[in-house]
This record gives sequence, structure tokens and C-alpha cells, in this order.
Amino acid sequence: MAKGGDNVVEIRNLSKSYRRGAQVVPVLHDINFDIASGEFLALMGPSGSGKSTLLNLIAGIDKPDRGTLRVAGEDITRMGEAELADWRAANVGFIFQFYNLMPVLSAFENVELPLLLTGLSRAERRQRVELALGLVGLSDRMEHYPSELSGGQQQRVAIARAVITDPTILVADEPTGDLDRQSASDVLGLMDRLNRELGTTIIMVTHDPHSAERAHVIRHLDKGELTAS
Amino acid sequence: MNFLSIVLRNALRHRLRTGLTVLGLVIATVAFGLLQTVIHAWYAGADVASSTRVVTRNAISLAFFLPVSYRNKIRAVEGVRGVTYSVWFGAIYKDRKNFFPQFAVDVPTFLQLYPEISLPEDQRAAFLRDRRGAIIGTQLAETYGFKVGDVIPLQGTIFPGNWEFVVRGIFQYRGANVTADLSNMYFHWDYLNESLKKTVPRRADQVGVFISEVGRPDAVGAVAAAIDQEFRNSLAETLTESEKAFQLGFVSMSEQIILVIRIVSFVVIFIIMAVMANTMAMAARERMAEYATLKAMGFGPGFLGGLIAGESLAIAFIGGGLGIALTWPTALAFGDLVSRLFPIFRIPADTWLWQLGCAVVVGIAAAIVPSLRAGSVNIVDGLRRIG
Repeated sequence: MAKGGDNVVEIRNLSKSYRRGAQVVPVLHDINFDIASGEFLALMGPSGSGKSTLLNLIAGIDKPDRGTLRVAGEDITRMGEAELADWRAANVGFIFQFYNLMPVLSAFENVELPLLLTGLSRAERRQRVELALGLVGLSDRMEHYPSELSGGQQQRVAIARAVITDPTILVADEPTGDLDRQSASDVLGLMDRLNRELGTTIIMVTHDPHSAERAHVIRHLDKGELTAS
Repeated sequence: MNFLSIVLRNALRHRLRTGLTVLGLVIATVAFGLLQTVIHAWYAGADVASSTRVVTRNAISLAFFLPVSYRNKIRAVEGVRGVTYSVWFGAIYKDRKNFFPQFAVDVPTFLQLYPEISLPEDQRAAFLRDRRGAIIGTQLAETYGFKVGDVIPLQGTIFPGNWEFVVRGIFQYRGANVTADLSNMYFHWDYLNESLKKTVPRRADQVGVFISEVGRPDAVGAVAAAIDQEFRNSLAETLTESEKAFQLGFVSMSEQIILVIRIVSFVVIFIIMAVMANTMAMAARERMAEYATLKAMGFGPGFLGGLIAGESLAIAFIGGGLGIALTWPTALAFGDLVSRLFPIFRIPADTWLWQLGCAVVVGIAAAIVPSLRAGSVNIVDGLRRIG
């Protein structure tokens, strides 16, 4: 993980388009910027501006058509599928709009899931999970299943799952999009705390100005291009 | 948490859907086992045939008789150690539906050539003494409640008239031969022949088949040929074959039916395979977003495929296992219903292996397409399915 102040993400001439049948739809055009280590970045823009696409590229779950993308010093655009999967497991924590928890697993087990890809023992995993759930204030909900948790609680479990492997970057796509105002505030407060206290680099896509206020840096996208911040 | 616990929890996610799929598997497994047992029952007679006995019949057809005088010539053929003869009686006991096989035999030689027939000595002696006497298998005795000393009245069909036989013995088969037919009745050919001489003389002194003891299995072919050679160009030419081939000849008459039953037994498995495939396809389609999430986190196609294959196999094993367990009592009940058609109705020893194998094949086959789809899911497209 890059030290504070160094760039953890470096984007150069990034472009991406999608094919819809015979039609090619450009989504991102020649994107260039950096994200410093420990930064809390909000990507904003109208619907269809390409912000989620940019987030997906940074997270390594999509590939650009052109350009380079370096995260924690590695050019992820050159990686194959298997290598990229391993890279994501070690470097990226995901927070989704609809939480994306496994319904058949308890809160504890959902948070433990990413640790199955590490070589940690059962006891070590347990220790980490308890710590993470304590961090998000859900120590008393460990054995609850997602259906037994509120939206805000589910998102906090998802955050615990995202940080459990101590990733290089945390990517959040509309993390408060499905939450009421109070829960949204709690979740954003938690993300802010993770950023301040643990130095976690957070890249968040949002269309909500209130959510964006929590970020250090706000970048705007419109029609696939960065506009003035 | 471990991989198996995730698999089992996924399998029980939609309890109604899984329950119905398991029910289908149980029914298919039981049906497969029953149909295989029916096929086995059809061949049961051939299975207990001796490897050192040959059967001589009229070369034209089994419906034609042979002169009883052939016995001495057959006995004189080199390699023949003993000869007996038999006639299919085919009479009715009270009602047409009360079918059981009846044979008129030369009792002294018959009991010598069939040492596997086990009778208490006193019953054997009584049977030999009484020309109206008959011996019946334990299954026949149990079915109609016959006891030693009972009189069995029969209405002749091939040999018209009212016939009465006194049960002098109830036999079993020696050697724990659990698949042998114990619904037969044997009585004295002399009793039949004496009556025929009075009523239909032209049908007297004739038999249906001769059975000869050869002694060595490898001599069966040569002795059979020698017997037929003896009667070539006579009025009643013979066809001699091993006892097993003779029994299989009856089965071959129903070969097409047996083939259909065999095909149907596997069609049942293919049908349940399609049902399972549909179940797994539905499950995988519903969870595509979860698979995309797992892939995003770094889990590979093998893990995702393993989740689906594991779930499919778990359901297949549960359904198949229950089906195997239920096959035995079902076969018992079914066997009672068809005991007159299939006196020997026992589940073949390897049936459960076939059933288990089918369950495994169904589980794997049903998981192939959903596993490949889940493994190759595009993460971005898969995540879009949420919400």
C-alpha cells in the first residue's frame, strides 16, 4: 500500500466504450487523473456520465479500451483474468448500493467470506471478523442473517466485509442510495472514520451532494469526460 | 463456515422447489429400481438353470409333443447320465387369474435330475408312492394356504377334465437359491398318461420335453448335437439346447417388451435429469448477482462452479438416497401384487449401485450449464441484476 501522499491510483488516457449490437457507445474519453493515498474521493455526475464505469475500471472488474491504470504501483490493464481476481482479493474492498450480502450467510460469515481467499487459520479469521464487526458497531449482530438486519445494518456489514482484508482501496458505488437519511448519515460517518483513523483510500460514486460533502476531493464527470472539480 | 455448509444452505434456500425436486428424484429412483427388478424377474428362470442339463423338445415347436419312447435312445447317447421328462399341464385352479405352473413329470428320474429340490424324506416317499400325489413349492403353498394332505382340484385346459391332486410334499430349493421359483407344482406323468389312454388315446405316451443330465458343462454342446442327430429325419425331429438357453427362449419371446421396459427405465432418469437441470438453472439465474459479487471479491470460476455442482449433487444424493431406501419396501409390495406373473421378484444386488450412479450422473449433468454460466459471468453485467 502506498504511503500517505503518494498516488495510489494513476490514470492515463483512459477510454472505454460499450458495444450494443452494431452500435458502439462511448462511455469514457481520455481520462487523466491521480488519487492520492488516504484520499476520500467522490465521483459525481449525471446519470450516464460514466462515473460507475470509471469506478469499475479502477476496481479491476472491467477493462478499458485504451490507456493505463496503475493501482498501488501495478498496471492492472495488463493483467489476465485470474491475476486480476487475485489482485482484487488483495487490494480492493467493495461497497455496493444494495449491499450484496449472501443471504444464506450470517453477518459474521459474510464478513469472513473474503478471508477464505487468504491463508489465515479459523482462529485468525474469527479474530479479524470480530474486530471488523466491532469497528462498524455490530458486535451484537454477528449471528443475524441479512434478512434480520435493517438496510443501514446490512450496509455496515458490507463495509466490514470490504475492509476485512485491509485493502489498498475501497470502492463504493452509491453506498447510501438505498438508505434513509439517518442510515445514510451513519454509513457515511463510518466511511469518514475509516478514512481518517485507518487512512483507507476511498473512491465513492454518488449523485447525492450531501454524501459528496464528506469527501476530501470531488471530481465531476459529464458525458465521459472530467469537468472542472 | 466451510464450503459444504454453504452448499447445503444454498440447497435448502428454496425449500419448496428443492423439496419437489427431491420428490421427483425419489420417484424416478424408485421407478428405475422397480423396472430393473422387473427385467431381472423376467430372466429369473434362466438364472437358476443348471449348466449341466439339456432340454430336448420338438424341433418344430414346443407346442408339439415327443414320443416317450425317445427316452431310452436319449439315455443311450454318449455323455448322458440321466434322463427325465416333463409335460406342461396348464390347468386352472378355481379361476383363470389363479395361475401357477403345473408339470407332469416322471417322478423318480425327475427327483434324481433335480437334486436341488429339497423335500423331507417322508414327503418324498409319500410322493413316490401316491400316483395322484403332487409336490408344491413353498411360495405356492403360502399363496393359497395349501398344506400336506390337501386336495387341489384343477380344471384342465390342454388336457380337458376335472383333475384332483393330493399334496404330498412342500419343497424348497437347496443351496439358499433365493431367486428360484417356488410357485411350481409337479405331479406324476403316469397319472396323466393313464387317463389319456382312456379318454384321448392318440395323445397318450407323449411328453413335452426331455431333460438330460450331462455331467460336464463343456460337454453340453456335443451331447445336444448327438441327441438331435439321433432323431434326424424321424417323424419328430428334436431340438436340444442347454437348460439356460431353453429358459432364455421364453424370455426372448418377450424381448421387445423387455427392451421397452429397459428404455423406459432410463427415460425416467433422463426426465428427472431435465427437471434437475431446470431447478439448477433457475437457482443459478436467481443468484447471478451473488456470483458476480463473489467474482468481484476474487473468487474464481472454479469456486462458483463448485458451489453449483455441490448443490446439485447434494440434492441428487438426498433424492437418490431416499429413493434407494424406499425401493426395497416398494418392491416387496409390488412383488406381492405381481407374484403370479413374477414368482421371483427380488431386487438385483447391483441395482442400488445403478441407482446411485444415476443420481451422480443426474447431479453432475444438471450442474454443467449453470456452472459454466456462473463461472463466465461478466461482473459488471451480473452486478446490474441487483435491485
